[in-house]
Amino acid sequence: MREIYADNSATTKLSSAVLEKMTPYLTECYGNPSSIYRIGGKAKEAVEAARENIAKNLGAERPGEIYFTSGGSESDNWAIRGVATALKKRGKNHIITSKFEHHAVLHTCEALEKEGFEVTYLDVYENGIVHPEDVENAIKDTTALVTIMYANNEIGTIQPIKEIGAICKSKGVLFHTDAVQAAGYVKINVVEQNIDLLSMTAHKIHGPKGCGLLYVRRGVPINNLIYGGAQEKGRRAGTENVAGIVGLDAALQIAVDTMDERCQKLTLLRDNLIDRLLKIERSRINGDRVHRLPNNVNMCFEGIEGESLLLKLDFNGISASSGSACTSGSLDPSHVLLAIGLPHEIAHGSMRLSFSEETTMEDIDYIAEVVPEVVQYLRNMSPLWEEIKKAEKEN
Amino acid sequence: MVYSEKVLDHFANPRNVGEIEDADGVGEVGNSKCGDIMKMYIKVDDNKISDVKFKTFGCGAAIATSSMATEMIKGKSVDDALQLTNKAVMEALDGLPPVKVHCSVLAEEAIKAAVSDYYEKRGIDKDIITK
Repeated sequence: MREIYADNSATTKLSSAVLEKMTPYLTECYGNPSSIYRIGGKAKEAVEAARENIAKNLGAERPGEIYFTSGGSESDNWAIRGVATALKKRGKNHIITSKFEHHAVLHTCEALEKEGFEVTYLDVYENGIVHPEDVENAIKDTTALVTIMYANNEIGTIQPIKEIGAICKSKGVLFHTDAVQAAGYVKINVVEQNIDLLSMTAHKIHGPKGCGLLYVRRGVPINNLIYGGAQEKGRRAGTENVAGIVGLDAALQIAVDTMDERCQKLTLLRDNLIDRLLKIERSRINGDRVHRLPNNVNMCFEGIEGESLLLKLDFNGISASSGSACTSGSLDPSHVLLAIGLPHEIAHGSMRLSFSEETTMEDIDYIAEVVPEVVQYLRNMSPLWEEIKKAEKEN
Repeated sequence: MVYSEKVLDHFANPRNVGEIEDADGVGEVGNSKCGDIMKMYIKVDDNKISDVKFKTFGCGAAIATSSMATEMIKGKSVDDALQLTNKAVMEALDGLPPVKVHCSVLAEEAIKAAVSDYYEKRGIDKDIITK
């Protein structure tokens, strides 16, 4: 049976080239970068070389603006909480975000609300895109931070980051973006795109799990999240994940080097599959078709539930994900699908496929063959589908 | 989240899927907003459930519990079918993840709803205790 890993937005396979770069820092060069002796010094050199190269790849002016973290969630928590609490004493207690951010952002904002901060959650409309003018209209004297994701993790929609950043800049408000899904698929330049803080992680771009970064433009006031040793200029304590940092740098470098060709190929595969799956009756594509990550397909099929769809796909060798309640562990389906206005019963029947450079046209052909069969099979045993068809006949 | 082998088996090869056209009782529970609907059809001869079929919209556990529940009441007396608890269905499936317990409750309720419909159609005045 064909095995297709189509959940690259969840995590990716570690690239062998990345592993090769990491291995020495897990084996012979295991020293603590804070130590004085040579194997410590070598580790320190590796961390600083990675910082410098990553700064260059993100368009940052100074390597010192890159802070290594444990991943996207920590970076998001730190950016939002760190800036909000630092600006509170200047009378700024308002944060602007959107309704369909990652939970690392939303739950941090909700926690801050309980601590007395005010949060505005912007609409993302039917196509899953924040309107820059909504950001402009929401900014007030007390606004400390705007945090809008670069690309959505479920429906892959790419946000007008540069425009939002420009508005924030002109209003003197700090701007953070969670670029966990966008990095490696979209050209990022923090200076040109008016970004003050940016989160990213290694494991979404064929790097290792457990290592990410937060870009903090020089001069941005930010309190610590993690206290302890003097690592990262005293801003983020904890012995550096040296191999992880080397892996993050290597993965980002490969992603940047291969971006144009890879994204072009992925876009063709994506659009081909979307066109074929839209032939299934009562199916829909979620999120804007154009302003969309090149590796993301997110669709709903009426009358069926997402988790049973995933299990059937898994039996057929396809690894996918869904925004159904049953896969989220809560009673509600994905907040992203609800934010773009889908009713619960349709949101329950969602499927996300996310590809990588390893995905081939043969894989797409196979998926285009299996998905309609599985959808039909589940619809045949669905009383909801029966109702939908009955209502169709009556009209 | 990991399902037991039995849950996966009943999901992959569900028993008694379908409808009974001249059913003696039909029960439907759940709603589309929550993502689970179970519809159960029973045929009753001599106070015995001679046939049972189901249709389910829902997750893997919802389909597996429907399948197992129909197997457990097929050939049983109506009274015995009413005794079937969600706990018994779960045990027969070698357990369910905690977030899926409600699926087994739906299966129990679907049977009770089908029997209740059967009583009503036959003019039998009996109360069915549901959870």
